[in-house]
Amino acid sequence: MSDQFLHVDPILCVGHGLCAEMLPEMIALDDWGFPIISPDPIPRHLSKQSGRARAACPALALRLDRTPDRRAQALHAKNAPHR
Amino acid sequence: MTAVAAMPVREFDQPQGGPGPLRLLAGPRRGAPERWEEHCDRLGGPVAELMAHLGPKRMIEVVRRAGLTGRGGGGFPVADKLVAVMSHGPKRVVVANGSETEPAASKDNLLLTIRPHMVLDGLEVVAATVGAEAVALVVPGEPAGRTIARALSERKARGNGYPEVTVVLSSRDFVAGEETAVIRWLDGGPARPRSQPPRPVEKGWKGRPTLVQNVETLAHLGLIARFGADWFRTAGTAAEAGTILVTLSGAFERPGVYEVPLGQPLDIVFSVAAPNPAADSLLMGGYFGSWVRMADLGGVPLSRAGLAPFGATPGAGVMHLLPHGTCGLREAHRIAEWLSGQSAQQCGPCVRGLPSLAGALSVLADPTADQTGVRTMLRRWCAQIEGRGACRHPDGLVNLIRSTIDSFSSELELHAAGRCSGGSISRIPLPSRQSSPR
Ligand SMILES: Cc1cc2nc3c(=O)[nH]c(=O)nc-3n(C[C@H](O)[C@H](O)[C@H](O)COP(=O)(O)O)c2cc1C
Ligand code: SF4
Repeated sequence: MSDQFLHVDPILCVGHGLCAEMLPEMIALDDWGFPIISPDPIPRHLSKQSGRARAACPALALRLDRTPDRRAQALHAKNAPHR
Repeated sequence: MTAVAAMPVREFDQPQGGPGPLRLLAGPRRGAPERWEEHCDRLGGPVAELMAHLGPKRMIEVVRRAGLTGRGGGGFPVADKLVAVMSHGPKRVVVANGSETEPAASKDNLLLTIRPHMVLDGLEVVAATVGAEAVALVVPGEPAGRTIARALSERKARGNGYPEVTVVLSSRDFVAGEETAVIRWLDGGPARPRSQPPRPVEKGWKGRPTLVQNVETLAHLGLIARFGADWFRTAGTAAEAGTILVTLSGAFERPGVYEVPLGQPLDIVFSVAAPNPAADSLLMGGYFGSWVRMADLGGVPLSRAGLAPFGATPGAGVMHLLPHGTCGLREAHRIAEWLSGQSAQQCGPCVRGLPSLAGALSVLADPTADQTGVRTMLRRWCAQIEGRGACRHPDGLVNLIRSTIDSFSSELELHAAGRCSGGSISRIPLPSRQSSPR
């Protein structure tokens, strides 16, 4: 595990979907084509790829930082089986 | 706005120097705003003088001991928010949120209109506590705006000046009451939420650390500054102290705004408003809320703890009782369509997801439609959408939809068989007027 987390700004994101193609381990698309981001820390072996996905987003909507999204983590645990 | 019911004026004694069972709505309940002299006669002199003795540290300690939580819907501890805003730099500002954009709510408007000085007392207390350099108050409309303006001039005439209060009319769109939307509106932008972080306590109005509190929260705070934490705790439960304003609408003989102690059994809360005994489904916590059955509520305390087993919360105290013979699925669908239309059109999962939710619910609401797989689809979409907007607007509709599917299972079966128990006319208030975003 690295100590980095991936976040998306839902207002900037317009649903290009590039990120889900580049980083399917961390990003899935919902039924309308918008990214659902894993709230888990980015595994070390995906660090480089995550950086590339962030840079590739045409809307500059992806962010990498050291703070987990606690609420997203709780929701993910609750909702994951339904997604 | 729901008509304000004429609640019987009760005589009360004042134990420990503070108001009795009615606190915010104590005293005459006529339409006219309370004047400064009446306010001071009833509660004592300017609250600023008390603050001069208390100082910020001790004030926060008093608020913490009182256990005051936000009355705007979220129920967040006020002391924690005060500490948070103090920790993010010196040039702090304060915003009183009286937007009250929920159509079925009218308690904030009532407070601003008949007890303006109670709200301003609380605003003065938080402004002094955080050392605010600017103070704003968002009002839901007129006459609340004029009432507040006059109350401010009454106070100023007495020379107990504190930062000039900027009074601003809310844009009245539903999401405009969300705190980051309020902040953008105050900054001259559109009344739409923004992404977080940064949180308002870090960077809000004017780019400053910003404390946003609901106006009812502030009115309680003003009384806490006067009468103390122990007095505040004489109403409510150990975990949830004080009173709360509730707005009752729908199948009540006397709908309107009432003040009740937290923890009061819900059947007693409702009895003052005379619910129609045949009505059974109640939407608890407003349009983001959950359906509960009146038959289940006897003895259940009005509190977060009391309602948790029902998957509900008091929210901002908005409760709507469905008239007997009204189809809950159709009513929920009407609300869903309306909420979907109230999206600020910024976030994909909200812009695209909410119409999908409303559309699927329209199928369940229609007894002539094929319902196969619709419930499964709704649950899937709810799970996908929850938590993915910049604000909690989509989560509100997700909550309503989940509760609707769970609560109206027999009606769902009826619809699947091509029948419907409904027929009565709905009374759920859904304004059609769309105000123009700036
Ligand atoms: C869609 C949406 C609408 C809201 N509308 C209001 C409102 O009209 N009035 C209000 O006080 N809080 C409203 N809130 C909650 C505010 O964001 C904020 O939490 C509150 O004003 C904080 O005050 P409190 O802690 O004293 O409750 C809304 C939240 C959301 C997500
Ligand atoms: S979630 Fe919906 S209402 Fe909230 S900011 Fe995004 S688009 Fe606007």
